Amino acid sequence: MSRPNPVSASQLHWRCRRGMLELDLLLNTFVEVQFSHLSREDTALFLSLLEYPDQVLLDLLLGKMESSDAMVSDLTARIRRTWFDKFNCAKTT
Amino acid sequence: MAAIQRRQFDTLIIGAGGGGLRAALRLSEAEASVAVVSKVFPTRSHTVAAQGGMNAALANVSPDNWHWHMFDTIKGSDYLGDQDAIEYMCRAAPKAVYELEHFGVPFSRLDNGSIYQRAFGGQSQNFGGDQAVRTCAAADRTGHAILHSLYQQNIRAKTHFFDEYFSVDLLKDEEGHVLGALVFNIMDGQPLIIEAKTTLLATGGAGQIYRNTTNAMINTGDGLGMALRAGVPLQDMEFFQFHPTGIAGRGMLITEAARGEGGYLVNGEGERLMERYAPKAKDLASRDVVSRAIATEIREGRGCGVNKDHVLLKLDHLGEAVIQQRLPGIRQTCMTFLGIDPAEAAIPVSPTAHYTMGGIPTNRHAQVVVPVKDTPEEAVYGLYAAGECACVSVHGANRLGGNSLLDILVFGRAAANHIIGHLAENRYHRPMDESSVEKAMQRFQRWNKNPGQDGESVNVLRHELKTVMEKHCGVFRNEAVLREGVEQIEQLAERVKDAKIEDHSDTFNTARVEALELENLIACGLATMHSAFARTESRGAHSRMDYPERDDKNWMRHSLYSLDTGLDYKPVRTKPVSVDSFPPKPRIY
Repeated sequence: MSRPNPVSASQLHWRCRRGMLELDLLLNTFVEVQFSHLSREDTALFLSLLEYPDQVLLDLLLGKMESSDAMVSDLTARIRRTWFDKFNCAKTT
Repeated sequence: MAAIQRRQFDTLIIGAGGGGLRAALRLSEAEASVAVVSKVFPTRSHTVAAQGGMNAALANVSPDNWHWHMFDTIKGSDYLGDQDAIEYMCRAAPKAVYELEHFGVPFSRLDNGSIYQRAFGGQSQNFGGDQAVRTCAAADRTGHAILHSLYQQNIRAKTHFFDEYFSVDLLKDEEGHVLGALVFNIMDGQPLIIEAKTTLLATGGAGQIYRNTTNAMINTGDGLGMALRAGVPLQDMEFFQFHPTGIAGRGMLITEAARGEGGYLVNGEGERLMERYAPKAKDLASRDVVSRAIATEIREGRGCGVNKDHVLLKLDHLGEAVIQQRLPGIRQTCMTFLGIDPAEAAIPVSPTAHYTMGGIPTNRHAQVVVPVKDTPEEAVYGLYAAGECACVSVHGANRLGGNSLLDILVFGRAAANHIIGHLAENRYHRPMDESSVEKAMQRFQRWNKNPGQDGESVNVLRHELKTVMEKHCGVFRNEAVLREGVEQIEQLAERVKDAKIEDHSDTFNTARVEALELENLIACGLATMHSAFARTESRGAHSRMDYPERDDKNWMRHSLYSLDTGLDYKPVRTKPVSVDSFPPKPRIY
């Protein structure tokens, strides 16, 4: 992380406010946990992901659809994993 | 203080979901100047989450007509719906669908090329006869398709969008004319006065008052809070639709399809709980019955988990192949959010808040109406509301599946039609009332300074509100539970006055936005709790354990909750526009 991030965490949080609860939870958790670790490039990629329509984003994040772009695919997997790790999912029940 | 920037438009629309965008398009096409203010980018409005479809008696699959649709909607509303508005909506439905088709919504098709329709609960032929097939759908993304088509049409029609602007309060003069609103740009915190001859509230529901909700985080009842503060009462707020199976503690919907395929609910003692509450229909009983059964099990200590705060939905007996083939979406949701595969383990579920039936009282032209002296419904000059934030009231005590998208489109359009007439007769802006601006600015600036050292945090108070609402105004309601709820929410409302935020900057200060949202949520919570406490009957989604029957003699009336004067009531409009009334009957399916 050579240069400071061009956007603030709160700006990213606001862009993570979506029309669907599922996206709100996954995206905001990612920003909350990962923001301080995001490189400038990571942030740019995440911002470009946020430009996707909600329904497409949901399909990508729930694994209904796989992106042909390996970087996007890695990022969506990281978003899923962040949620999973934070809430220790396997032990919730 | 530097002068606040001002803009003038014919119409200000607050909210850019389906209702707001439908109205904006009609108005822009009629060459009105239209400003749409939205706190998020318009295509991220909650309309995008509506998957099921939109009811219209097209009769493409089964015989159908608008009059049967009207009957079903009135019966579904448990006879609290206003019959003139329901007739208007059901008659307008086919036209609303065809208009959307022309705007580019890719409705699914039947083999013969006509619009596909699917069956939904509560739909009948011939006034309660065989199942009707009435819901038009664009695959499983109808809301998404509608929202995107309407947005693109609005861009074409040159509607002016203020994206990521938050609305603080309505502006009105001493005579009660609504003159626009004070808003601010979330990006730089700069306030803006939008003066408008007409203002339409289309801000959606208030599901975020509950801890467990299917609603997106944006659904904070902003328009409802603004209306209350402007002296407009909220109508029928005690009627909140709960879906029985949300993922426990998270809220996401596990659709009825899971139980339709053979899934069943078990309590903490491993019993199939629905056998006790609905021996015949069991897990396929209606939403309100299943929700109450789960709430009762939890309340009586038979829940699951460490906190005994949920029950389990078992699907594993269906086998992996069936689950993957017929319920892939549910499987993906569970694996993503819970890390469990329903083919191997049960899903923790509890009732989840889904839809706000109540809201800002309007007539069928979407004019906001309030009681004035002996008149129950006097139009507020210049103010309109449409969609989930409005209570027109087509859903009454309970909304039918497929009627919410219809509601936003029909009444968004109706609002625009009436506004066009209003604009023709009122060509000039009324003078701005500067004391109203000052009052709104005070609310906006209040969060720039903390009133006391001991103020609590917005996050803590919001969490407490959601917990109080869930515990005291959820599915399980009786006098003692609600009485305690009223006390607690009144105390919370007082504590919010002293709440504080740490961030007082201007750039993307989301803490301030969340504080303003909290004030709206509290206002909605007060209206909901007080209205529920007062209504001593069970009707539709409002179920009182101590008053289990519907009481038409005393309670076939709308609640009106006002911040200044508390509760009032007005009659249900039982007279349709052109056909005979449907008198109340037991709501049996």
